[in-house]
Formats: sequence, C-alpha cells, structure tokens
Amino acid sequence: MSLIEITEVRKSFGPNEVLKGINLDIEPGEVIAIIGKSGSGKSTLLRCINGLESINSGSISVAGAQLLPDELHLKALRLKVGMIFQQFNLFPHLTAGGNVILSQAVVKKTPKPEAEAIARQMLDRVGLAAKFDAYPDELSGGQQQRVAIARALAMRPIALLCDEITSALDPELVGEVLAVVRSLAAEGMTLLMVTHEMKFARDVCSRVVFMHHGKVHEIGRPEAVFANPQTPELKQFLGML
Amino acid sequence: MTQFTLWDIFRNLLLATRWTILLSLVSFLGGGILGLILLFMRIGHNRAAQFFSKIYVEIFQGTPLLMQLFLAFFGLGLFGINVPAWLAAGVALIAWTAAFLVEIWRGCVESVASGQWEAAASLGMGYLQQMRYVILPQALKIAVAPTVGFSVQVIKGTALTSIIGFVELSKAGSVVTNATFQPFTVYGLVALLYFALCWPLSKSSQILERKLNVAHRNH
Ligand SMILES: Nc1ncnc2c1ncn2[C@@H]1O[C@H](COP(=O)(O)OP(=O)(O)O)[C@@H](O)[C@H]1O
Ligand SMILES: [Mg+2]
Repeated sequence: MSLIEITEVRKSFGPNEVLKGINLDIEPGEVIAIIGKSGSGKSTLLRCINGLESINSGSISVAGAQLLPDELHLKALRLKVGMIFQQFNLFPHLTAGGNVILSQAVVKKTPKPEAEAIARQMLDRVGLAAKFDAYPDELSGGQQQRVAIARALAMRPIALLCDEITSALDPELVGEVLAVVRSLAAEGMTLLMVTHEMKFARDVCSRVVFMHHGKVHEIGRPEAVFANPQTPELKQFLGML
Repeated sequence: MTQFTLWDIFRNLLLATRWTILLSLVSFLGGGILGLILLFMRIGHNRAAQFFSKIYVEIFQGTPLLMQLFLAFFGLGLFGINVPAWLAAGVALIAWTAAFLVEIWRGCVESVASGQWEAAASLGMGYLQQMRYVILPQALKIAVAPTVGFSVQVIKGTALTSIIGFVELSKAGSVVTNATFQPFTVYGLVALLYFALCWPLSKSSQILERKLNVAHRNH
C-alpha cells in the first residue's frame, strides 16, 4: 500500500475544472517534484491533499486513512501531512520559537517544556538554533522559510507538501532552504514539492510529475523525464526554461 | 435676580460632565461586550447567527442615533413600560456603539492575511484554535487605534441624549443658559469640556496608529 494514494481526483472552481482526474501513488520516502506551467493545477493538487480545498470527486488517502472534509478527519490528516507555503506564513506575533511551539501545545497538547525542547531541536535542525527568540520580521526570507519548515517538522509529519517554497526568495537565499530540503530527503522524509528548481529536482527527486491542464501529463524518473520527454507539451515546457 | 459668576457656570457644567463620562463609559463597555458577541456571530460558521449580526449592524448603522433614542424612550412607553431617560439613553447608545464596533473589528479580523488561517489549519488547528491563537492576537493589535478613535464618536453621541431629557453636559448647557442668559459663554465652556474629553482620545488613536504602522512589528 502506498503512503499517499490519489485516485481520479477532480476539482472545479465554479465552471472551471482545475483537476481533471489525477492519479498518483506515492511510496514512503519518495521525493516527488511537480513541475508544469502556471495555472496547470499544481497548487490546487497540494491544497487538496492537505484538505485546504475539498475535492469534487475521486479519493485521497494518506497512510490508509481516507480524506474526509470534517474537522476531526482533517485534523488527523494534517497531523500526518505538513505543508510549507510560498509566502512562509509564519505567525508574525510570535517568535521563531513561539511559532514552532504553538501547534504542538495547542493541537497535540504537548507540555510546555517538552514542546520548547522539540522547538529548539527542530530549529537546530534547520540551522537556526540561535534565532529562537527572533520575530519573523527580524529574519531574512530564507530564515523565515526554514522556521516554517521547523514548525511543520515539530508536528512529526510522515510527509511534507512544499508549494514553490523558494519562489518568493532572493536568489542568494534559495540555496539555504534547498539544503534543508535535501537533508530531509536524505533522512527519508516523504516529500511532494512543486518547484521550478530543475537542477534540484534532477539531483534529489525519485520521480518527476509534469502537470498540464489539470492532468498528470507525464511522469517518470528525473533522468528520463528531463533527458527524454515523450510529449510535445513537456518538450516545450522544458525548452521554455 | 441672582448674578452667576463664571465659576458658578463652570462648576455646574463640570458636575454634569460626570454624567457624560459615565454614560460614555457604560456605552463603550456595554457596546464592546455586545459588539464582541455580534463579532463572533458574524465571523463564526453558523449561518443564522451571521445573518442576525449582519441585519443588526445594517439596522443600527442605517438609522440615525436620534431615532434609536426616541424609539428606546417612547417606544417602550407604548407598552406601558416607563423608561427613565438614563435607561433609554444607555440602552440606545450601547446598541448603537455595538453596531459600529462589530464592523470595525470585523474589518480587522478580515485584514489578517488568509495565509495565516491556512498555515494554522495545515498545522492541525481547528477553527476556534486558529481564531484564538493566530487570528485574534493579530486582529487585536490592528483594532486598538480605530477602537480608541471610535470612542470619540461615542462621547459626542451622548450629547444627543439631552433631547430625551438626560442631564449630561449638553443638557446642562441649555439649563444653565436658561438661568444665566449667557449662551455664548456657556456653550463655549461646554465645547471646551467636550474637547478636553475627546482630544486626548483622538490624539492617542493617531499616535497608536502611527506607531503600529511605522514599526510594522506585531510585538
Ligand atoms: N480559490 C480559487 N478560486 C477560483 N479559482 C482558483 C482558485 N484557486 C485556483 N484557481 C484556478 O485554478 C487554476 C489552477 O491554479 P493553481 O492550482 O494555483 O495552478 P498552479 O499552482 O499550477 O499555478 C487557475 O486557473 C486558477 O485561476
Ligand atoms: Mg501555484
């Protein structure tokens, strides 16, 4: 059984069908890059997997549990699957440490000292142990994104969804965030990431998914997908870069 | 005929100012509590509650405060309930204040970026937890300046209650004028007293707003 099973998922916004029957099974420890043109439905797919959008038909299951849109099931799902956003979305009224502690304390009811210890440990893991008491607006974009990763990791998820997590960063800050993702991949974390970093996808990912018009248009190992694209759309997409 | 010194006039007005302050405080606190309840109805997930809160705001913002005072004062009288002026004034002002505070606060809650809700949701927080730990703390900071600013409107609003016979600063002004025949002096002092109440509030609202804008720090 796969860790994440996405079967015939359809999603429309009004008359606009954005996901047109997506099938994708992800094994534990896989690192999957989702590439494709803007508007092809990449973000929507990740948001559906995390329950931020509800699907119109099809099914999504994570670690054997079906995704259902009530608060109890959503909470159970989100404890298993963390999400990192393009805009970081750190809580600006809390310090880096506070950001990492909050959901542990509130959702998991982890006792304060333990939550703090875990927060320090997670911030250390992303190389920001020294920034425990810094507020988000005192951090660079790359540092903020790393805090966001630490915050998601503190919930001990079995998979992470990353939606263009380096797209809002200045070029010189991209590397530090990718380095963290690379180390997570090396430790066996299951990752599903929408990305424009083709070199990174080639180096780190086990499979690459090319989305086009709301469908998985092509899928395969990175060396195959990049070196030998089968469809004109993927050829054109790769040529555009 | 007795001669009134300036001090006599001022002393009488000052005594009446107590009632303006008390009525303002009651209206603001009562309106704040009612406003908070209406706010949670408005931003909660219950459709009926949302609708009620919305209609409430539209009715109280869409009619003059004066009419609301009349209705509270005379309307209840129709049912044989004898409403003293202070009660009608308090009830009407609380209801009116609440309607405006809900809208101010709703704007503050909605101005918190949607990514904040999503980040909190993606970490497994339920609606109430997202609200309590992520959205409200940020909305609260944004709300301070406009809320303090609105308190000035409440103070000015209390002046209208003189029409139903509640003796606050404005009413005292006309009473004293009738006794002294010095309208310019009396109303000049009345205005001065209102200014002394309102100006510090509007000034501090401005300062608070600038402070939050410049630093743009949420701590
Ligand atoms: N909340 C929404 N309401 C309406 N349309 C949406 C919404 N979110 C996304 N869309 C539409 O869905 C399509 C796919 O968007 P998205 O998944 O963000 O694409 P991508 O991430 O691949 O750029 C776009 O046409 C977009 O306009
Ligand atoms: Mg996107």
